[in-house]
Amino acid sequence: MIFKISLYLSLIVFGLGLIFKISTWFRYNFEATTKPFTATERFSAAMGGIVATLFSGKVLTFLKSLLLDVFCQRRIMMESRLRWLMHMCLFWGFTLLLLMHALEGMLTSNLFEDYAATLNPFLFLRNFFALMVFVGIGIAIYRRFIQKIPRFFTNAMDRYALIILAVIMVSGIFLEAVKIGSFERYSQMVTDYADFDGEQEKKALEALWVEDFGVVSPNLTTPFEKELLIQGRELHEMNCAACHSRPQWAFIGYGVAVVLRPVALPLDRAGLVTLLWTIHFLACFIGLAYLPFSRMFHILATPLNLLANSVMEKGKSHPANLITLQMLALDACTHCGSCTSRCSLAVIFEEIPNPNILPSEKIASLKTLASGRALSEHQMTVIQEGLYLCTNCYRCTTVCPAGINLQELWFDVREAVLKRGYPELLVLTPFSMYRGLLSPTLAKADYHQAQKQPMIGIEAVCSALSNPDDPIKPAQMDRNFKKQMLSSAKGSTFSYCFTCITCTSACPVVRSYENPSEALGMTPHQIIRATALGVPDLAFRSRMLWYCLGCYQCQDACPQAVLVTDVLTELRNLAVVRMKNQSRRTGDRS
Amino acid sequence: MKLALQRCCTTPIFLKQYETSTNAVLGRLGVQLTDNALNCCGYPLKNYDYKAYLLASARNLSIAEKKKIDIMTFCNCCYGTLKEVDQRLREDRILCAEINGKLEQEALKYEGNVKIQHIMEVFYHELGPDRIKKHIVHKFKGLKIAVHYGCHILRPRELVQFARPGTAAVFDELVAMTGADLVPWHLQSECCGSPLWGIDDDLSAALTRKKIENARASGADYFCLACSYCQVQLDRVQKRLLDEGRITDPMPSILFTQLLGLSMGIDSAVLGIGENQIDISPILECLD
Repeated sequence: MIFKISLYLSLIVFGLGLIFKISTWFRYNFEATTKPFTATERFSAAMGGIVATLFSGKVLTFLKSLLLDVFCQRRIMMESRLRWLMHMCLFWGFTLLLLMHALEGMLTSNLFEDYAATLNPFLFLRNFFALMVFVGIGIAIYRRFIQKIPRFFTNAMDRYALIILAVIMVSGIFLEAVKIGSFERYSQMVTDYADFDGEQEKKALEALWVEDFGVVSPNLTTPFEKELLIQGRELHEMNCAACHSRPQWAFIGYGVAVVLRPVALPLDRAGLVTLLWTIHFLACFIGLAYLPFSRMFHILATPLNLLANSVMEKGKSHPANLITLQMLALDACTHCGSCTSRCSLAVIFEEIPNPNILPSEKIASLKTLASGRALSEHQMTVIQEGLYLCTNCYRCTTVCPAGINLQELWFDVREAVLKRGYPELLVLTPFSMYRGLLSPTLAKADYHQAQKQPMIGIEAVCSALSNPDDPIKPAQMDRNFKKQMLSSAKGSTFSYCFTCITCTSACPVVRSYENPSEALGMTPHQIIRATALGVPDLAFRSRMLWYCLGCYQCQDACPQAVLVTDVLTELRNLAVVRMKNQSRRTGDRS
Repeated sequence: MKLALQRCCTTPIFLKQYETSTNAVLGRLGVQLTDNALNCCGYPLKNYDYKAYLLASARNLSIAEKKKIDIMTFCNCCYGTLKEVDQRLREDRILCAEINGKLEQEALKYEGNVKIQHIMEVFYHELGPDRIKKHIVHKFKGLKIAVHYGCHILRPRELVQFARPGTAAVFDELVAMTGADLVPWHLQSECCGSPLWGIDDDLSAALTRKKIENARASGADYFCLACSYCQVQLDRVQKRLLDEGRITDPMPSILFTQLLGLSMGIDSAVLGIGENQIDISPILECLD
């Protein structure tokens, strides 16, 4: 009764969850304002794409990908042999258990006429597949909890996946072990299937099952007489052998049964078989019901993503399908950490503790963004920073075992987030080169808006002395700022400046304008002067500071050994700190 | 000889031919480049978070230190960054201890025992002109080259002073070995404009255009350079400016590894001659 109710309940939850999750692939996107396609359009585009693929030459590519990527998991193999072993064990072990054991009523018993769960090869195979899963779980635990890999995070979802899998497997093995030793089960089976002629025969069979099959009997103890066992074996052949192989073939279950033997009788009387059976199927049903909402959903999403990737191409596939694929890709991420382990910038997480720097952790924020959940300005700027701190080196994409085109994902999300208009100072760094090279793929207005935004943000925050006609009063001097600059070995060299303007004359940026002061706000020597006067805002909001190429012509030309470029670098770092503090303060207020 | 290659993050997508040509040329000269899973040098972080910038390079230096191998870069920005971080950590013990504290969890430690070399230094100082000359089988005839040094192998002076006998001269001598004629032009040590591409494209393009016009006026046929950022700018961005009609008289750019590779008789497909955005294949006609 409980079995049926929980089975149907979990199937309903699973089914609804599946529909909900799959619908998000068509409903969600990263654009906050403009939605290029409706969910219906995206759904029909996807169907059209699938049909078109099935009736084209691409079907071969598709099948090849199914064999190599899904069944052989070559992308994990390329990443690490140990992880490949782990995943193959988990994937094949669990899949085969599901097909042969969990679905025995539907599949195995129909395929094999004389199927019995306790008969070889099924008895042995069940344990063998279980062994595979245990090896997989073992490696996973080793990787996540014993091996100390920096910046490799294990989140609640990873722990849940491991725990539910472990509960299913351990309860299954113990169930088998307890059943092997169970005298109650034995008696039940004898009543149902055996045909005896008197007490002697009953005793003989029981003796054989105690001797050879691990049953723990309250009536009999070893050793038994030879004749009794011979008689028992004859009875066994007649009554039991058709459905029972030797339990030693269930090598894990039998091993546990041997260990449990001293306490087998009380456990049996306490009804442990029923209890373990309940735990086993409930764990399976909980796993099933929660599957669409957990990380285990990748069982479905990852193969789909790999297959879709094998036949889709940017520029050729329907644009609606590319958006849908990105949403599917978010579910295909297994949080395995390969991307982060190869990320060119992962190490800086130790200095800038923003988890969004790490590709494997970025995905979580992307899911939030895609769902359209409201985020505060501060939360958005944190995600935006993480998205921009990417050198676009392509390494994450090359290694992703789920075949997610992470590079493209980062780029598209970055653009979608930039459109929301929060100033991003990183736009003013060489991280923008990639964006610049890809600008023909972007709307012109959006591209330039994101370039202008940071200067507008800086001008709003660093606004002291914004009227050029106002005199600088001593009270406006920022003593802390000056102290900070003077305490730095390189930064302090500003104090040697006697304003000879050599730096400004040497600067190729200055030379690019007919009226540099108008275009740049200040020229290099004026920035050095503003530093000496202790008015950082003047320097911070000067375009020159942000347009410095870092080519060191000024520094090499300076007759006073002012490290002009290095001073500018320090000023920019201070400006970034100032802007970040401001954003944090507004974040706290809201 | 084995060297750890500090890959530049721009090469995997935009400049694959730089890696293939470097491997081909150095391979023939007996230098093996190893992949030690080094991360980004940190260059783009310099003006955003200086400590993160230090940490990125410090990690690479400490990996090389652990593997007992020296580092080679083929990008001026990576080179300048590694050199600066190396010097900074040597000078500032407190900072060094702080950075080492962060590297400790990976069992890494920076101690300053790694030599950082630009690929031109490897050619000139490690291998030497004599050894390279032995491998040169073709010479260029009537090829006029405008050498583009790039910033960070020249400046700041006190940091990259490998004035034995001066980087510019080293670069010139190496190019001359292929038989090419060097053309003097006065903007040859100026910035290519790349640091501003994506930030202010007009300003970046103005700097690039000025260089192109100046080199054109000097009578050169090609730029020759050894920096991934400069090459992306002077090839890919130049192509874009050309397509948009913002320049009319282009100046194609060849990587030094491609130039040397051709004169060493390496197949032009291996050197990725066809992968440059602005066609450089006519250069093959200048080979004897």
